[in-house]
Amino acid sequence: MYEFSTGSQLLRLTRKFRKPIWEIVALSEQERTGRPWEDIFEDMRSRLRVMEESIRKGLSQELKSLSGLSGGEARRLYQRAMVGLALSGDRVARAAAAALAVTEVNAAMGKIVAAPTAGSSGVIPGALIIVAQELGKSEEEIAQALFTAAGIGLIIAQNATLSGAEGGCQAEVGSASSMAAGALVELLGGTAEQCLAAASFALMNLMGLICDPLAGLVEIPCIKRNALGCLNAILCADFALAGMESPIPFDEVVQAMYQVGKALPPTLKETAEGGIAATPTAKRLEEQIFKGDPL
Amino acid sequence: MEAYSVFDIIGPVMVGPSSSHTAGAARLGKLARQIVEGSIKRVEFILYGSFARTYKGHGTDKALLAGILGLDPHDEKLAYSFEMAREKGVEFGFTLSNARAPHPNSVRMIITTWEGKQRSILGCSIGGGNVLLKEIDGIEVELTGKYDTLITTHRDRPGIVARVAKVLADHDINIAYMRVYRRAKGDRAIMVIESDQPISGEVKRGIREVEGIMEAAILNPL
Repeated sequence: MYEFSTGSQLLRLTRKFRKPIWEIVALSEQERTGRPWEDIFEDMRSRLRVMEESIRKGLSQELKSLSGLSGGEARRLYQRAMVGLALSGDRVARAAAAALAVTEVNAAMGKIVAAPTAGSSGVIPGALIIVAQELGKSEEEIAQALFTAAGIGLIIAQNATLSGAEGGCQAEVGSASSMAAGALVELLGGTAEQCLAAASFALMNLMGLICDPLAGLVEIPCIKRNALGCLNAILCADFALAGMESPIPFDEVVQAMYQVGKALPPTLKETAEGGIAATPTAKRLEEQIFKGDPL
Repeated sequence: MEAYSVFDIIGPVMVGPSSSHTAGAARLGKLARQIVEGSIKRVEFILYGSFARTYKGHGTDKALLAGILGLDPHDEKLAYSFEMAREKGVEFGFTLSNARAPHPNSVRMIITTWEGKQRSILGCSIGGGNVLLKEIDGIEVELTGKYDTLITTHRDRPGIVARVAKVLADHDINIAYMRVYRRAKGDRAIMVIESDQPISGEVKRGIREVEGIMEAAILNPL
């Protein structure tokens, strides 16, 4: 009854049952799995708490990644925001710092929620949780927004891909940004149509983004791209809430992202053979990290 | 089209940095641990492909060993598995191989128990934290660890499959999938039974008593 696999089906359900996206998504999960409503919500709340904990950890500790390539930078941006110096605005800079924090925790073998992937795990905590908390939203409301985000992610997973190896960074950070943008709009009282418009804008803005991790590690340029995905989500939520309509329906944007992903050469899809990963300096760093002190 | 849960999208909860190279590796180690009867004395990991090339930056080595020690992919102690193994007296070693493997992210785990048995298990991490076991003791298998699973080793001869099925039926356990793998006629064979319900230790003991069964293990879904 609540099953959907495309954006247009999801919109139809919201109109038919006069319910917001988050509720349709939660109802479809309940219908598919037979799990009690409260269980499903507690599961989502526990994920929200893991996200919050990863933000806190990344902002309060001086973490270093296993490779030594990254860590500790989330705090720098956060401090700049806290003293009111951030050019991007203090709230946005704090959100971006949280996105950096979670991705740094991930690189340092800390606990995160893949949302939708480990490599894009900072976007939703930054864009959604920090902004929602600053606006005084409750845990319940943020958990609901995570269902909205999940609904958008489900549509992308079913019609395209969420994997960098298959679709490039646009499929990971692009999808996370799209999910966060839609969730923010619904959290702030936008309609289901506005929600998918924001999701469309966010995916369009990051279309073509390649996956080129230095040495194949989820650090450079991945960590800062999470902050970009976070900013993009906030911006695109503002687009939709300002009344901008997406000229291209969400389902077509998802298809376009998939086609672009397929057209990208393998060197630009997580193989560390193109883009930033292929620069002379990246190759030198890779050599240093993996040079063979045998185990 | 696959049916996803919202928790495949907002999730899994895991220790970073990589679902395939960290979470998947921990899962492979944990599956291997459950297959082995007895307590583990030593484990030798042979890493292939991308596992061999990038294990260090992804903590693949720590995650594999953590799985062998029974930790889950979301356990923050994953990063400290070397220390934990030393404390528990579990010996471990890693070898890098450039031999061809069934998948870029593959590992062979050679496990020796205090009882003197040795098992060899080959597995791959196929993306998003999902894994496949491809070989157990030289016999090709295909096993995801997503269901409650019973794995037995037996001598390939008539009647054993029926006797195992009877034990399951006596305990009201419904078989969802069942496959038998062997190297050659009359040689050692492996039976993999996936069920919709948990399989208890009592059932395992019943299976173990079937004549011709050499090993039996229960895998809980990971």
